[in-house]
Amino acid sequence: MTTIIHPDQLARAPEAKSSSAWRGRGLSDRAIAWLFVAPTIALLLAINIFPLIWMIRLSFTSLNLSMSYLPLRFVGLDNFQDILTDEDVWARLQTTARFVICSVALQVIVGFGLALLINRRFRGHSFWTTIILLPMMLSPAVVGNFWTLLFQPQIGPFNYLVSLFTGVPPSSFSMTGEVALAPWTIVLVDTWMWAPYVMLICLAGLRSIPDYIYEAAEVDRASPWRQFWSITLPMTVPFLMLAVLFRAIENFKMFDMVNLLTSGGPGSTTELVSITLKRAAFEKWRTGYSSALAIILFVTVFGAANIYVKALNRVKQR
Amino acid sequence: MRKSATGRWSKWAGGALALFAGVAVSAAVSGPARAEGKQLTLCWAAWDPANALVELGKDFTKQSGIEMKYEFVPWTSYADRFLNELNSHGKLCDLIIGDSQWIGGAAENHWYVKLNDFFDKEHISMDDFVPATVVGYSEWPKNTPNYWALPAMADAVGWTYRKDWFARPEIQSAFKAKYGRDLAPPKTYDELKQVAEFFQGREIDGKKVYGAYIFTERGSEGITMGVTNVLYNYGFQYENPKKAYQMQGFVNSPDAAKGLEFYKELYKCCTAPGMTNAYMQEGLDAFKSGQVAMQMNWFAFFPGLYKDPNVGGDKIGFFVNPAGPKAHFTQLGGQGISVVATSDHKDDALTYIKWFAQPAVQQKWWQLGGYSALKAVVDAPDFPKSAPFAPQFLESMAIVKDFWAEPSYAQLLLDMQKRVHDYVVADKGTAQQALDLLVKDWTKVFAEQGKTVASE
Repeated sequence: MTTIIHPDQLARAPEAKSSSAWRGRGLSDRAIAWLFVAPTIALLLAINIFPLIWMIRLSFTSLNLSMSYLPLRFVGLDNFQDILTDEDVWARLQTTARFVICSVALQVIVGFGLALLINRRFRGHSFWTTIILLPMMLSPAVVGNFWTLLFQPQIGPFNYLVSLFTGVPPSSFSMTGEVALAPWTIVLVDTWMWAPYVMLICLAGLRSIPDYIYEAAEVDRASPWRQFWSITLPMTVPFLMLAVLFRAIENFKMFDMVNLLTSGGPGSTTELVSITLKRAAFEKWRTGYSSALAIILFVTVFGAANIYVKALNRVKQR
Repeated sequence: MRKSATGRWSKWAGGALALFAGVAVSAAVSGPARAEGKQLTLCWAAWDPANALVELGKDFTKQSGIEMKYEFVPWTSYADRFLNELNSHGKLCDLIIGDSQWIGGAAENHWYVKLNDFFDKEHISMDDFVPATVVGYSEWPKNTPNYWALPAMADAVGWTYRKDWFARPEIQSAFKAKYGRDLAPPKTYDELKQVAEFFQGREIDGKKVYGAYIFTERGSEGITMGVTNVLYNYGFQYENPKKAYQMQGFVNSPDAAKGLEFYKELYKCCTAPGMTNAYMQEGLDAFKSGQVAMQMNWFAFFPGLYKDPNVGGDKIGFFVNPAGPKAHFTQLGGQGISVVATSDHKDDALTYIKWFAQPAVQQKWWQLGGYSALKAVVDAPDFPKSAPFAPQFLESMAIVKDFWAEPSYAQLLLDMQKRVHDYVVADKGTAQQALDLLVKDWTKVFAEQGKTVASE
């Protein structure tokens, strides 16, 4: 198509250009894309990358914010050495590891069991699915508070329930206050809250198994037990592994619920490493030390998660 | 076509940026605009005396025209919240009623305004205040005339007991038969333990009751504020009185270990079930619900307890922290009021302090439920009769002792929380081991602070 330009139009062109240079020249798609992405990148840099770099820098210093009048000293690897040779920190890491292993194992067992039940599509299964999912929709702070009340030895219904089945007087034991019980208490509450999450992931796995495989198995007269071991479990393993990964990472950094339930007590029995970190950073104000501890924890989780993801991929490929 | 779409996008993007800039600019200018309204923000803990202060502050607004805004935070997060605010040089608080142990850090870090010149100018004399409160709440370094706060809320640990239970003839005779003496408010910790054992598990009015309520809280300062009441009286000292920061043999002396053992015995024998992580509020709940015969708590709560319809009035009695075999002290509580150095309204904040220091205002403060530290109020002849707990309060303020007030107090406190809770509640190790570890922890903290710590 040929366009004929009138001389008057030519004369008006510079004026139009100057009045709407923005619109006339326009922005390329790439520029527009950058314009929209730039705030997010700026935010990410400001609230993630910059603090991370700053934290790495601080981990090599003696900074203590409650004594910021003291000169800032470069201490090299002293903070890391302090942490890695501190028996208390190792004890907290062991407590955390025990909590992660026990709670994730229980959640997988309970979550997978629930998923198997819900997958049967019995009457009202949607209703029960919603009911089972309720705990994971609550805030950990709320969960921590109301379980504290439920576990109260004198008025809490939990102790009365135990008493009903065992005959042990309700006020004779404290779920959150006894060294032998407190670690199991946090595992129990965490399982109550997050087993539904594992159930959801497993349910997705179970529903992705094509029916014809089971039909073929039935033709071959495979028993339900055989079908479970040869079809259901192997085909849901990648989903289970995914659930384990998510829950393990979450539980490694668990803070709020445990802090509300036991404050890390009795003594330091349930003091997870995240509570130690919070106390070092925001109660003792040992900024240099806590930065080093945060880096150690980050590297631990990142390293373990990477190894695990590689294993997960290998399982998927099989 | 493509060009015109791009143009429209450009227009929207430009509009969005303009809107964002507009919001940012208006947010930036609204700060100073608010400041013109003459308003002061006072930060403190959320508890009974804070309500009394709100009531008292209405007079200040009436006189000065300055509106008072309050930021009250529950005790369990009070230190976290406000030390974070001070550390980050925030402008939330113009005035702060900060805990006594903060004074060292606040002075060294210049979080508070030094008040010496202001006191001189306004003729406010620290000699007019109870000496323990001046040392505890205002001075840094301790026992030097450098003032960073005006004593605002005098407080100490005291005890309440069920006067009505103690007065019952059948209980009195049972006690006398068992211990060979009259049942009365205990004067020593041995007596307190006897009384607590006597009441533990006893049925009163068809309800099982327990002997004593003591602090065991793990997260903030609870168990330390409780155990020190026993430790001091058994011979525990923070350092060698003749050699600063020498803790070996003072913090972990055999007497101190005996004191710690006693606290654990008291916790095991005579407290209600489940009191493994309990502080002020749990104590109030236990006492108000008629669960315990005796309660350790801060004097600040006693006006409220005395007014309680179920356990107050004639049913409640008060006594001073009992003596131990070696000494007679009680844990100092309370706070001073300071002007925050980063405040934009320092002059108005100083006006508030000048107003608050007046004897008439202090008198009203006491009447409303606060605890004045002004001698003109507490040394007045009618003061002991002004409240049933006033004589015990006066006696307690004469024997108070405070925790470290060093800039590193938070580390020192959390170390003690851990060691004591580990031993008393979690049954870990012996008392001597707990105190030895505490000396080790504290030595490390002071070394980091650049202090020379002598081991012998």
